[in-house]
Amino acid sequence: MLQRIVKAQLWSLTGFTIGILFFIIFFISIKGLPQITLEFLTSNPVDMGRSGGIFSTIVCTLYLIFVSLMIAMPLGVGAAIYLTEYTRESRLTHIIRFGTECLAGIPSIIMGLFGFAFFVMALGLGWSILSGGMTMSIMLLPTIIRTTEESIKAVPYELREVSFSLGVTRWQTVTKVVLPSALPGIVTGIVLGIARCIEETAVIIFTVGSSLRLPESFFDSGRTMAVHFYILAREGISMPNAYGTAAILILSILFINLSAYYLARQFLKKIC
Amino acid sequence: MAAKIVVKDLSFSYNHQRVLSAVNLMVEADSILGIMGPAKSGKTTLLRIFNRLCDLIPHVRIEGEVFLDGENILRPGLNVDRLRKRVGMVFDKPVPLPRSIFENLAYGPRLHGIKDKKRLEELVERSLRLAQLWDEVKDRLNESAMKLSGGQQQRLCIARTLAMEPEVILLDEPTYGLDPISTLKIEQTLQSLKESYTIVLVSNNTWQVARTTDNVAFLFMGELIEYGSTHEIFTVPKDKRTDDYISGRFG
Amino acid sequence: MKEKLIEKTLMLLAFSAIGALLLMAVFIFKEGMPIIFKVGIKNFLFSTHWAPTKGHFGVFSMIVSSLFVTIGAMIIGVPLALACAITLAELAPQRVTVILKPTIELLAGIPSVVYGFLGVVLLVPLIRDYLGGPGLSLLAASIILAIMILPTITSISIDAIKAVPYSYKEGSLALGATHWQTIRMVILKAARSGIITAIILGMARAIGETMAVIMVAGNALRLPQSPLSPVRTLTSNIALEMGYAAGDHRAALFATGIVLFVFIMVFNVSANIITKRWRRE
Repeated sequence: MLQRIVKAQLWSLTGFTIGILFFIIFFISIKGLPQITLEFLTSNPVDMGRSGGIFSTIVCTLYLIFVSLMIAMPLGVGAAIYLTEYTRESRLTHIIRFGTECLAGIPSIIMGLFGFAFFVMALGLGWSILSGGMTMSIMLLPTIIRTTEESIKAVPYELREVSFSLGVTRWQTVTKVVLPSALPGIVTGIVLGIARCIEETAVIIFTVGSSLRLPESFFDSGRTMAVHFYILAREGISMPNAYGTAAILILSILFINLSAYYLARQFLKKIC
Repeated sequence: MAAKIVVKDLSFSYNHQRVLSAVNLMVEADSILGIMGPAKSGKTTLLRIFNRLCDLIPHVRIEGEVFLDGENILRPGLNVDRLRKRVGMVFDKPVPLPRSIFENLAYGPRLHGIKDKKRLEELVERSLRLAQLWDEVKDRLNESAMKLSGGQQQRLCIARTLAMEPEVILLDEPTYGLDPISTLKIEQTLQSLKESYTIVLVSNNTWQVARTTDNVAFLFMGELIEYGSTHEIFTVPKDKRTDDYISGRFG
Repeated sequence: MKEKLIEKTLMLLAFSAIGALLLMAVFIFKEGMPIIFKVGIKNFLFSTHWAPTKGHFGVFSMIVSSLFVTIGAMIIGVPLALACAITLAELAPQRVTVILKPTIELLAGIPSVVYGFLGVVLLVPLIRDYLGGPGLSLLAASIILAIMILPTITSISIDAIKAVPYSYKEGSLALGATHWQTIRMVILKAARSGIITAIILGMARAIGETMAVIMVAGNALRLPQSPLSPVRTLTSNIALEMGYAAGDHRAALFATGIVLFVFIMVFNVSANIITKRWRRE
């Protein structure tokens, strides 16, 4: 009898939690989706965001994603390849792994501080997509290394043996046999990285700035969607636009998470 | 007959465990040498030394020499990739690459520099014919190799090794788990190949060894117990242990 | 040979993570340590007087606020997270878990600013109208944070519970215990290390959260008197003042960052040690 009560309670708490999620999505959608018109997406903010659309913020976000990935991908995938294919478990690999895990645990505000002190000030890059991208790439690194490592490890060992027995070098084996098989897993890591770029705020404010104009080069400052949303909400500039931006944010992240999940399933199917 | 491979006082330890002790034998050119023995006698290890695949194992100690055409392949500084082009290997489980049949065979040659399409096609056809697989797959070279049956996949692996145009072919229990027809086909293939290739066949199946090989080496717990022509070993074995093994009293 | 070059290049890339970490540590310490020495470490950590314009830099009230907000988030969030974890790992059929687990993880994907926004728009008025105070409060921050770290704690706890060998469960049921008794006395105890790791990691995330907290916590520079007091955490302080800080003030914010960094390192390292012990068992 006690058991049934307890189980019912557990189920209802779980239902409550899931209910929160759905409520959030529902609420933002109801208030925000009506705002999303083609015009909203393609016109720039006017009057500090009181009217107009969010085009420049979309562009800024996309540029940021590009720069971050361009740096994080070679670093992360390369590091993962080294850890799995070129070394055995040793003190060296433990140190590298420890460093990667520490990096993963650093909160975004401290990343923002660092990005500001180092890229914006010390290196003189100023508030720019470049500064933001380089800072973000450090944040993406642990995730990309981890997912790449896992997917490389999942490739069956025999495939490598066969390749070696044919006299193929290690690097060729990695690029022609291992990486293609590990691809869906690697892409999952990249997709998660994209989601991170979209939702980060603290880091971006400190490194990319908050200028509303359309960025023309990576040296320009700009405002990403998340930052725009924050400013609109905090300053109470325009509720409808805030909701609209929030809706776009949630939609993109939902979409990205679902793709990551789908890719992961594809990957598992390939191995089994 | 000339010796293709000469093994001199070879000892091999892995993780402080001795796997091979002072093995001395010779592989005649253009013949089939069978290496037989019960499980854990070091057969596979010996085979993997011939193409230096043993390099992949950590914490090993090798003593002695192995000569391929007079050159010691255990010396440091040897170009292992080039060695493996001359000495090919077929494993105990068919391992096709996740690619088309054609690509499986073209994989090695292409990475060794053969880019000419026509040459690759010739190579692929020749290898598949030698492996007695051509007729079965000639119309579906672009299909995935994963769709082939177990026996076909293993013959594909043999063809893949042949596409490298090696001098020596090593086979580690190649018909393990395959149906009798595939097994027979593969044994026939080996017989036809031995005219131009030196073949070393590891097998736990004494009948297969008796049927297929010219010479045989009996390994037991890392030691070479007996070595000689197949006919001799199977009719008048000199060592009691050899006799017991052949008669099926153990192993 | 080309292969050697490739290997060396990859090794360099592998060190990039460590390199970045070291660079970060060096920079933040470089910028922040001087002010700590100038003001004195005891004064910095234990004075509640934060008045940058007058040269007073005491972060004690913020440390306390950060800790209280985190503990509050734990009190609210951990029971909820564990309930979900137990439900999904033990009570729900596999088909349901496969759908629900990623759904809960979706909660983690919602940006912190959206959480903060909803907190301001929905939660804060609720607190203000029914419980009193300005609404922007310690309580609001704890509630929002609890929801934000739920997915982390749930996910890791589910893994921990699932890792308990099936034979434990079988043995307990075979002795006549009910399912719930088995869960309570056997499974949870065996999964203890994993669950504690999950909680510690949740704490690390909570104490490092910035945007949502800024929007709902009130940002008053006082020691919290009650859950309804507005508070300012270490993270909020950095984020709010960085925009216009200069000289000593800026250095002090970096120093705040150092304090935060140390807290989080402590959490992460303990979680690591416990995880290692858990894996070994």
